Order: sequence, then C-alpha cells, then structure tokens
Amino acid sequence: MSNTHAPAHRPQDLDDAIAGGVGESPLRPDGTLKVRGDFAYSSDLWAENMLWGATLRSPHPSARIRSIDIGPALRAPGVHTVLTAADVPGRNLYGLKDIDQPVLAEDVVRYRGEAVALVAADHPETARRALDLVEVDYEVLEPVVDAELAARDESVPKVHPGGNTVRYQPIVKGDPDATADVVVSGTYTVGMQDQAFLGPESGLAIPAEDGGVDLYLATQDLHSDRKQTAAALDLDPELVRMTMSGVGGAFGGREDLSMQVHVCMLALRTGRPVKIVYDREESFFGHVHRHPARMYYEHGATEDGDLVYVRAQLYFDGGAYASKTPVVVGNGTTLGVGPYDVANVSIQGWGMYTNNPPCGAMRGLGAVQPAFAYESQMDRLAAKLGMDPVELRVRNAISRGDTTPTGQVLDYPAPVAELLRRVRDLPLPEAQHPDTTPDIRDLPGGASNTTHGEGVVRGVGYGVCIKNICYAEGADDFSTARVRLQVVAGEPLAMVHTAAAEVGQGVVTVQQQITRSELGVERVNIHPNDTSVGPAGSSSASRQTYVTGGAVQAACRAVRERLLALTAERYGEPPSELSLAGGKVVSASSGVLADIAEVLGSEVVEETREYHHRETFPLDEQGHSERAQVQHAFSAHRAVVDVDTELGLIKVVQLDCSQDVGKAVNPESVVGQIQGGSAQGLGLAVMEEIQVGEGKIRNPSFTDYLIPTILDMPPMNVDVIERGDPNAPYGVRGVGEPPTISSTPAIVAAIRAATGKELTHVPVGPEHVIG
Amino acid sequence: MDFLRPACWSEALEAKANHPDATPVAGGTDVMVELNFDHRRPETLLDLTRIEQLREWSRTERDGVASVRIGAGVPYSRLIDELGTSLPGLAMASRTVGSPQIRNRGTLGGNLASASPAGDGHPPLLASNAEIELESVRGSRTIPIGEFFTGVKRTAMAPDELVAAVHVPVSTGPQQFSKIGTRNAMVIAVCTFAIALWPDRRGVGTGLGSAAPTPRPATEAEAFLAAALTDADQWDDPRPLPDSITERFGELVAHAAAPIDDVRGTAGYRTHALRVLARRTLSWAWDEYRGDTEFSGRQRCA
Ligand SMILES: Cc1cc2nc3c(=O)[nH]c(=O)nc-3n(C[C@H](O)[C@H](O)[C@H](O)COP(=O)(O)OP(=O)(O)OC[C@H]3O[C@@H](n4cnc5c(N)ncnc54)[C@H](O)[C@@H]3O)c2cc1C
Repeated sequence: MSNTHAPAHRPQDLDDAIAGGVGESPLRPDGTLKVRGDFAYSSDLWAENMLWGATLRSPHPSARIRSIDIGPALRAPGVHTVLTAADVPGRNLYGLKDIDQPVLAEDVVRYRGEAVALVAADHPETARRALDLVEVDYEVLEPVVDAELAARDESVPKVHPGGNTVRYQPIVKGDPDATADVVVSGTYTVGMQDQAFLGPESGLAIPAEDGGVDLYLATQDLHSDRKQTAAALDLDPELVRMTMSGVGGAFGGREDLSMQVHVCMLALRTGRPVKIVYDREESFFGHVHRHPARMYYEHGATEDGDLVYVRAQLYFDGGAYASKTPVVVGNGTTLGVGPYDVANVSIQGWGMYTNNPPCGAMRGLGAVQPAFAYESQMDRLAAKLGMDPVELRVRNAISRGDTTPTGQVLDYPAPVAELLRRVRDLPLPEAQHPDTTPDIRDLPGGASNTTHGEGVVRGVGYGVCIKNICYAEGADDFSTARVRLQVVAGEPLAMVHTAAAEVGQGVVTVQQQITRSELGVERVNIHPNDTSVGPAGSSSASRQTYVTGGAVQAACRAVRERLLALTAERYGEPPSELSLAGGKVVSASSGVLADIAEVLGSEVVEETREYHHRETFPLDEQGHSERAQVQHAFSAHRAVVDVDTELGLIKVVQLDCSQDVGKAVNPESVVGQIQGGSAQGLGLAVMEEIQVGEGKIRNPSFTDYLIPTILDMPPMNVDVIERGDPNAPYGVRGVGEPPTISSTPAIVAAIRAATGKELTHVPVGPEHVIG
Repeated sequence: MDFLRPACWSEALEAKANHPDATPVAGGTDVMVELNFDHRRPETLLDLTRIEQLREWSRTERDGVASVRIGAGVPYSRLIDELGTSLPGLAMASRTVGSPQIRNRGTLGGNLASASPAGDGHPPLLASNAEIELESVRGSRTIPIGEFFTGVKRTAMAPDELVAAVHVPVSTGPQQFSKIGTRNAMVIAVCTFAIALWPDRRGVGTGLGSAAPTPRPATEAEAFLAAALTDADQWDDPRPLPDSITERFGELVAHAAAPIDDVRGTAGYRTHALRVLARRTLSWAWDEYRGDTEFSGRQRCA
C-alpha cells in the first residue's frame, strides 16, 4: 500500500565501521507478542493479596479546600485506607524542572482533575465508590484561563505565589528593528493536543521487608520517577526500586508522575500490594497535554524573497503546574524561525501558569506550535511575492555552517533545501479518470456518503521543520549501559542492561543490533529495564538511539577490549590486529583465531559505561549560547488533500515525507516513526483537540477526542536520507519528532490551497473551512 | 449485580416483567460503555443474546405493503449484507456505524432502545415510516417510529416491555443516507439525513439525526417535495429537478432542525450541513430515479 524508500546501506563519511546488526531491520523482540495480544502491559499486572487504589480529583479548576472528611469513606466495607496530603511522608511536591506540584492537594486546587485524596480497597469498584464518600468542602474561585492575559495583566490572580510566569525567554539576533520591503504578519493558535497513548497510566506497588517499595509501572524515565517518588516518600532512592512493565505508548505523556507516589503511599500504608489503573477518562485528567499557544508573527523579506527579519511573540499555556513548560519556551523560541537562515530575529516567548489542565511533554515539544505559525507565514509570504512556496523555502533554507538565531553554528549536515526538493519530486497521486465514479471511501466524508464529488477541491501544500534532539541548554544528558558477555549453552551470549524505556519506538531492537555489530555475536538478550542500572534519561527528545545507543556502543567496546586482551594473552597477537565477527575472533594477519566462546571459557566479561553527548550551554538574556542544542533534525512534508468546500470535510489523500536521519540504525523502525509521527501531525491538523471551557475538559474520551483512523491516514511515500552527524554515534540523528512537526503545516497549507481560507487555527474544523 | 440469561423470548418477557428495572443487553456496545463510564449501575442485566428469534428477519406484508420484519437483535453487518437491496437506506446508514467490530455486535434494537439523538439507525427508519413492535407479558403492540422517541434517550417503551422487532416497508424507490462526522470513519454523527422516495404512493420520506432532542422527520419538506413532484407530473415522467425545488427542499429540511451547540459542532454548522445534505441526497436519489425509470421504460419497449 505505502510506497517506502528505505535507506540503502550507503557508506558514511564516518570512521565507524557499520556492519552486521546496525542498518538492518530485524524483528522486534516484542513485536509478535504485541500483534497477537499476548504482550503484558502494566495494566495487566497482578499480585497475590492485592488491593486497588483510586484517586479523588478536584471537580473545580480553582478552589480553596476548607476541609476534607475521610470518615465516611474509611468506614465503608472493603476500604483499607484513605489518604490525604497530611499522609504524604516526605516532600509533598514534585516536578520535572520546577518542583511545584503537590502529590495531593493541600489547601488549594489549581486545576480540574488535581489529586486530592486516595483510597485503597479490596475491589476497584469499592475503591471508586468510596471516593464519592470523601467529603471535600471547596470554596470555589474564579479560574485563570487566558495565558496571554496572565502574561500581560498584573491584576490577573496569581495561580502560584511566585506569579504566573513560568519562563520568559527573548531571542535577539542582528537588528531587532530591521525593516523590509515586503512584510506579512499573522496570529496563529494551536489547540491542546493529547498524546492519546492507548495504555492508560498504571502501576503495581509492592511493599518490601526492608521498608522500601518495588514499583512495577509504565513510564518514560525510571530514574526521574524514582528521584521524585523517593523524595515524596521520604525514602532513600535505593529503597524505591522501579521495574518497567509493558508500556502502551507514551509520546511525552508519561514524563511526569501520575500514580507513582500515590500507589506507593497506599502500599506502604496498608502493607499490601496495591494497583492503580486509570480508565480513559481519568487518563485525560491524569497526564499533561500539549501546550496550546497563541503566536503573533511578522516576517520581512526583500522583493526577491530573501528573509530579512522574523519577529514573534509566543504565548504558551502551561496550565496549573510547570512540568515541561520551561523547555517548551526554550524550544519554541530558539526554533521559532524554523529551518531558515534569518539575519535579524526578535522573538519573545512566555510560558504561563493558568488554571487550565497542566501541559507538558509531547512529541515535538515546543517546536510543533511555532512550526504551524512560521510555515503558515512562509506560505503567506510566497503568496504575497508571487513565488512558489517550495522555492521560497529553498532560497532561505538553513544549511551546514549557518548560524541559528541563538548564535550556534551548525557543524553538521543540515540538508533542508535538499529535503524540500526531494519531497516535491516524489510522485503525486494519479489523477482520477474523469469518467470513473470515485469510490466514496476515497472522498471527504468517506463511507458516511456526504459527497459524490460535489464541492470537492484538491490542494497541495508543503511544510518543513527543525527540531533539536536530546536535552539542551546545559542539561547533562547521558545514558548508562551494562553489557555482559558470557558463554551459555556453548555459545557466546551478550546481555544488555539499560533503563531506556521501550515505549514502542523500538529501542530494545536497536540495543540488540548495536551489540550484535560491536561484539560480532548472534545472541543478544535485553535485561528488563529497572533502576538497578544507572539512568538512561527519558525516552523523549528523539534521543534514545543517540544516547543509549552511544552507551551500549561504549559498553560493548569496553567488553570487546577485554575480550581482545584475553585473546592477545592466549594467542600472542596484539589486540590492535584483532576483530570480532560471526562469533569468532579474527586476526588481520592470520585469519580466524578462535571462537569467541573458546576465548571466553567460563569467564564473564561485564562492563558498564555512560555516554554523555557534547556539552550544551544555557541561553543568556538575549537568547545567545555557543551551543544551546546538541543536534538538529529536519523533515519536509508534502500533503495532498481533497476538501469538500461546501461541508468543510477533509480527506488527506496523500502525505509524503523526506527526512534526514543521519544513519538509519533500523530502517524499518525509521519508516514506522515517520508514518506514526505524520499521523499524529495529521491529527493535530484536522481533528485532535482537547476542548477546554472555563478550565474544564469537555471531551475527555475517545468518543469525542478524535484521533485518525486507518481511513483518515493516507498512504505515504517515505524518503529517508542519511547525512551522518560526525558527532553522534554511528552518525545517527533523532527521528521520532520531526515528522510530527512538519506534517501539520503541510496539511493546512494544502487545505488553504484548496479553499483560499486563511486558517489560522489547528485543528482545522469544518466550520473554519466554510466560515 | 444479577445477570439473567433467558433462553427464549417468553422467558425474557417474564424476566423483564419480574425485574422491570433490569437493563437488557444485546450487543452491549452502548450498555458496556455506560457501565464503564459509571453512568449507569444496574442491579440486574438481562442478556438477550441467547434468543435466536431476535436475530431473525423475515418478509411480511402489513396492510398490503411489502415489509421486512427485523428482529431487534439483528446486527448492522447483517443489515448491510442481507438487506442492502430491499432496505437500501437502512443499509447505507448501517455502513456508517462505528467500526467492523461494532457493526458485528451492535443491533438495531439496541440503537432504538438507546434512543440517542445521534443513533444512525433512526433517520432511515423515519424516512420509511417504520413501525416498532414492542412486547411484554401483557401482550404485543406496534407503534409508528415517529411516536417511539419521546425525548433525549427516552422512548415510549413501558418498563416491562422489550423491543421485539422493527417493521420496515420494502423500498419502492431510491433511498439515500448521509452522515457528517469530523473524521472519515468511527465517528458519532454531527448530523445525519435520510431520504426515501416512494413512487408507489407518490410520497417522500425524510429523517434527521443529531439535529434535535429526538430524531425527527422534516414533515414540511416531505409534503413540499411530494406535491412539487406530483404537480409537475415528475413521478411518471421524471425530468431534471429545477434548482428552485432542491433549494427549497434544503431550506425546509434545515428549518425542521432544532440543533444545539456541543463539542461535536455548532447549531449553525448543523443547520448549514443539513441543507447541503438534503440538496445532495435529493439530487442523487432523483438521478437514480430518472435512471431507473428510463431503464424500466426501455425494457418495456423491448
Ligand atoms: C466504538 C463505538 C462506535 C459507535 N458508533 C456508532 C455509530 O456510528 N452510530 C450509532 O448510531 N451508534 C454507534 N455506537 C453506539 C451503539 O453501537 C449503537 O447504538 C448500537 O446499535 C447499540 O446496539 P447494541 O446491541 O450494542 O445495544 P446494547 O448496548 O446492548 O443496548 C443498548 C440499549 O438498548 C437496550 N436494549 C437492547 N436491546 C433491547 C431490546 N430488545 N429491548 C429493549 N431494550 C433493549 C439496552 O438496555 C440499552 O439501554 C457506537 C458505539 C461504540 C462503542
């Protein structure tokens, strides 16, 4: 169905020899289980004698808690304990960047859905019903709901004592007051998107005899969870042991804590295993969402189409707690002009507290919102100049050696112009013969039979984006890998142990592939993810193949060194002459020396290594930094859409992507990431929005929060190129996020081409199209 | 929670009489969602899936009109596969319901008893003047579909009654169904429209969904169109419809709606979309009618 151009194994201008596992697409170890429905997710966890936890949440976006009476709930048969803020053993605050969110609300609630009390009971239904018996007396307050107003107006009530600004960041490059012959401006808004992962938040906590707790859960970052949980439990982190248990998707929504501390508190209090599983509705309240944004843009250019300046003000609604808002502001402002070379830049970004649902990490963090705005602006500019939109973008594309708005010189390939040309040159869908009646499933509205061709107009649009990869702005970004090589049943077996969360992206496969390549062995096992090995950091920022891949590579090389030293001792050949391949030690001069198994004998070779990527540095007050971000990734999309201009219904007919991935460690996974990311970007373009009114989510279910189905996601031409980054292991470049970013503006551009409407909000709804 | 599993229809009626507050379960595609959301906590569930007779359909004649009697437990997938020719409007609507899984499990009886304003089965039944056969231990009665829906999720069913079947006249002319949703599959209707032409009785049927507290016909639009077609002798000698007719029909359909603003769409959009759907479905139905008449005319000559 879909036409994919997987990358060829072409040589890199890198010193690393790429052979064996790296660059192939072996079966995922979890693939068959998942497809057959046999994979155990964290919601399937079960323990003997287990209790069920449930969470009482605030019905108000802003209120003072006058009193809480847990008596009636506690007396209900089957209820084992009811806990409130007073029962939090340690620090009743957590957070990823700013530690500002209570584990359980104390005297105020700041969003509808904030956790207020916990119940453990012998049956999930008993626990849920007991929640109704907890009596909370609220003094309801007027919620703060407008982020821009909160930024501008001092009289807006303070959501937190320190004020409503989580982060303000300006970026200035060149002359902030530059002028130009051709000017376009616009105001753009992005709705609140949900990660819509399919496996709801869930975990099972088992109290341990040493006073600690073992938590089995689905998360993106075990060590970050452990640090925050231990502080709240007032336990030594060593006593809080976490084990990854089948993750049903994440997309950023599992970076913040949800049930972690709660379920551990209940287990420690009752002395029994306790499980918490959210249902879908609770999940909408139990995790952060993508920041809605309002963005004011002005672009100035010469008559020839050279960008002279970009000025922008970006307002991000962070909701009640900070979560990743500081990073969203950092990414949004630093990447706010897009993948273009612009001499004069003046951008200001605000991340604000409000009483809306908290917003945090989601695929494309902070880069999705401005990309919709700057790409819309590029189309507007092209229209004003009478230029082809691709030509305008190519003309201004950033490339290797250029300087970003923060003053960073791109010292690695940045093939933006090439990606644009390539995606433009991919085949377009074949035109329907005028005499054939179209299948209604191929038309807007699909099987709903709303058009037989009436009102349908086709449009084509483009989008291109830039995304920083890995943590930035001075964060020490690293991962840890432990690799053990030993002989099992006569064969060398490598065991890889990291805490890198497999959230569906395939990092388990990548670790196996790297180990196979580096050690020349066939059998590689993955140790379950847990906190008994050092941190891997989060499965976010498109970073795990880069960072954990780098750590596995380093640990393998350390193991190899020891193995070769053993060989050298035994066979008298210098290690520099030796290599590993096909389960054998090979000498450059005398060929195969021995089986790895023979050399190892009963020896167990184990090495643990950390991989830290190149250092990054914070932004100064002008938004300058020698290296704010370690790497950038780029993708370009072309969308072809049919729009029923009378009804406003949309069918994306084809969505094509060219992306530079540096090195495709697993080409099939790369294509999967591009397809999945594009689908998520399509969702934001035409349907996905959490509707919030007066601080309350109006559509907390998959009945009304719509995500694309197979009939909405069209076939794709995926064109992967590999321009290796000399600074990254194997030359890799983060893959997961860019396709989520550039797909949205491409689709909206195509809808504009079909309708002539301005379309300044995503998702685009029928009413925008006919309005 | 009690779970009653009657093996036959009379046992089911007994059970419902003894437990009037029992919640019947057919496909469960509405009931289970309500249980999950905790919108409903029934003491007793009454499982209807073992009753063979609810899963049968048959051809009947009612007051001289060829009809199909559809057991309340017939799922959408069978309406599509087995009744697409005789009840095309209902089959088209069935195709738009949920996903293949939902169409395999979800039943017409469940759709009716849920009485959601957005139930996709309702508009084509309205356009066909279907009748609902209700039964209890007290006996059986049949009421016109127009009298079945009494409010949002409320029906004329008595607490001891069950839906036994739906009687739908076999089509005598073209039928169409259109549904607006903001995704191309698996979507609750923003609004729906059904139209049926009945050349035998020179009548027009319509049904609107998600456009008012209950599904309803656009009675004025029906009367207008039927009269316009008769006056211009269009039934026997069909010619292209003047735009003024389709426009007016669209307006009257839009006029029949009393929609609201909600998370799925605004009242204004719903009204607009109904007007467009009314015009389009009429033109498709009319094209088909003209084609059929031409075709049967040629056959007569040959
Ligand atoms: C994912 C999903 C998508 C859906 N999409 C659509 C859609 O596109 N369009 C649409 O219209 N609906 C849709 N629905 C709703 C549902 O599938 C339909 O309303 C379906 O027809 C219900 O039939 P059922 O047999 O599953 O009913 P059940 O859930 O078993 O019952 C529904 C109601 O009818 C009562 N009931 C059932 N049978 C009888 C009887 N014989 N006598 C008296 N009362 C009875 C039950 O007590 C209950 O109140 C969807 C549901 C889901 C979960």
